Amino acid sequence: MTLLRCRGLRKTFGGHVVLDGLDLTVDEHRVVALIGASGSGKSTLLRCVNLLEELDDGTIELDGEDISDPRVDPDRVRRRIGMVFQSYNLFPHLSVLDNISLAPVRVHRRPRAEAQAQARELLDRVGLGTKADAYPDQLSGGQQQRVAIVRALANSPRLMLLDEITSALDPELVGEVLALVRELKDDGMTMVLATHEMGFAREVADQVCFLDGGRVVESGPPERVFGDPTEPRTRQFLRRIIAAGRL
Amino acid sequence: MILAPHEPSAAQRRREAYRRRQTVTSVLVAAASTAALGTLLVVAVTGAPGWDRVRRSFADPAIARDALPEVLAGLWLNVRLLFCCAAGALLLGLLVAILRTLRGPVFFPVRALAAGYTYTFRGLPLIIVLYVLTLGVPGLRLAGMPPVLVLGGLALVLTYGGYLAEVFRAGIESVHPSQLAAARSLGLSYRQTMRHVVLPQAVRRVAPPLLNDVVALQKDVGLVSLAGPIDAVRAAQIATAETFNYTPYIVAGALFVLLAIPLIAVTDWVTLRAARRQERG
Repeated sequence: MTLLRCRGLRKTFGGHVVLDGLDLTVDEHRVVALIGASGSGKSTLLRCVNLLEELDDGTIELDGEDISDPRVDPDRVRRRIGMVFQSYNLFPHLSVLDNISLAPVRVHRRPRAEAQAQARELLDRVGLGTKADAYPDQLSGGQQQRVAIVRALANSPRLMLLDEITSALDPELVGEVLALVRELKDDGMTMVLATHEMGFAREVADQVCFLDGGRVVESGPPERVFGDPTEPRTRQFLRRIIAAGRL
Repeated sequence: MILAPHEPSAAQRRREAYRRRQTVTSVLVAAASTAALGTLLVVAVTGAPGWDRVRRSFADPAIARDALPEVLAGLWLNVRLLFCCAAGALLLGLLVAILRTLRGPVFFPVRALAAGYTYTFRGLPLIIVLYVLTLGVPGLRLAGMPPVLVLGGLALVLTYGGYLAEVFRAGIESVHPSQLAAARSLGLSYRQTMRHVVLPQAVRRVAPPLLNDVVALQKDVGLVSLAGPIDAVRAAQIATAETFNYTPYIVAGALFVLLAIPLIAVTDWVTLRAARRQERG
């Protein structure tokens, strides 16, 4: 079943075209990896899907509902979508537990005790059970990013958007975050992830989309896109990635 | 983690000995220069030709003792006014700052009103606001007119609210947009985002400048005496007029400084804590 369908997305920032008629379809329980150079529109696409940016043209459907319709309440849409950012964006004034239970308590009106119990359960699952009362600045980058993922999961989202979630991490901390994403995939979570980790994209994604100039230039199973790309621009990009030792 | 016992090397021992000698030298130099400056000041002031006359008219212990009860009674008014006005101005400032951040066409008049308020009352001298409210407004002879003290307090709240609103607004704007994006992505509404994510961080960040304005307010609350109520400075003035001696002013000044010390200490402590947090984060 199709969960997310983007058609002809266009987004400009001050005369600079970032998305230029982009199409993307994501089926339920599938993991789609967006790859491409910086500025190719990966992050903008994710921010548009989460209605953090206003589209200049095109439509986005979530579960068959046109969420790019201005009459749609964006808060209601965002409750169904979890987003994780490159720089974690945890709330520095709240403990780990409060970071996670804030939305369940305030948005979903769940009793605080119940929300906190669920938060502790999720933290235990990702191996951070002892950090519930810590503050974000007392955690390593990898731990913060895992908390950010848990915070998004606490809303029980239908779709997870991961925006280069390992780019700000020290290399030795990347593994623990990717392991968590792998677990989410095994649980059947639908995910769209923008990433520079080609090895990870190859391993975890069901479908890889190469973005260039604000469009999906090439898309398909990872073996094909990485092993036998048909588009010259994809080949050029992959050659540079290999030259940089990232694949 | 328990540190394993470590035997410092000869080089490290030499370095430590050197640093100890340096510390002793620094303390001695500081003590000597303080003593020299202090002596110089005392000699210059007490050696001045008019020192005896000045001491009699500004530092007469008997007159200080006599004036103290009245000045203290006046100071009690300052303290009460300070607490009420500080609370009022902080609340008003926060409210106005929030109103200025509201988006959407419906809120245009509210935004304009809030902006107009901060422009007007930051520009208007406090004394003029005081005169208009304490002398002009009662002249309307409306029923249920509050006493002059309340009107004077209101003038202080209105004036300081304008400054505090801008401090709050600076704090709100200093919260990084990524925090808003994170909150909105969790489904929090704009109001919930302000209430639970933006304001707690903003207020923490601007606590030092807010408290600094409260210290300034402490000195200005005395201005309500222009409209009649007797505060510490006014009480000192009355005592001075009775004795033709300025000592009561010195008494009032000393009391003001004593009153300010805890507030300033709290401000410094909050500032230090905020700086530490910044360092860690």
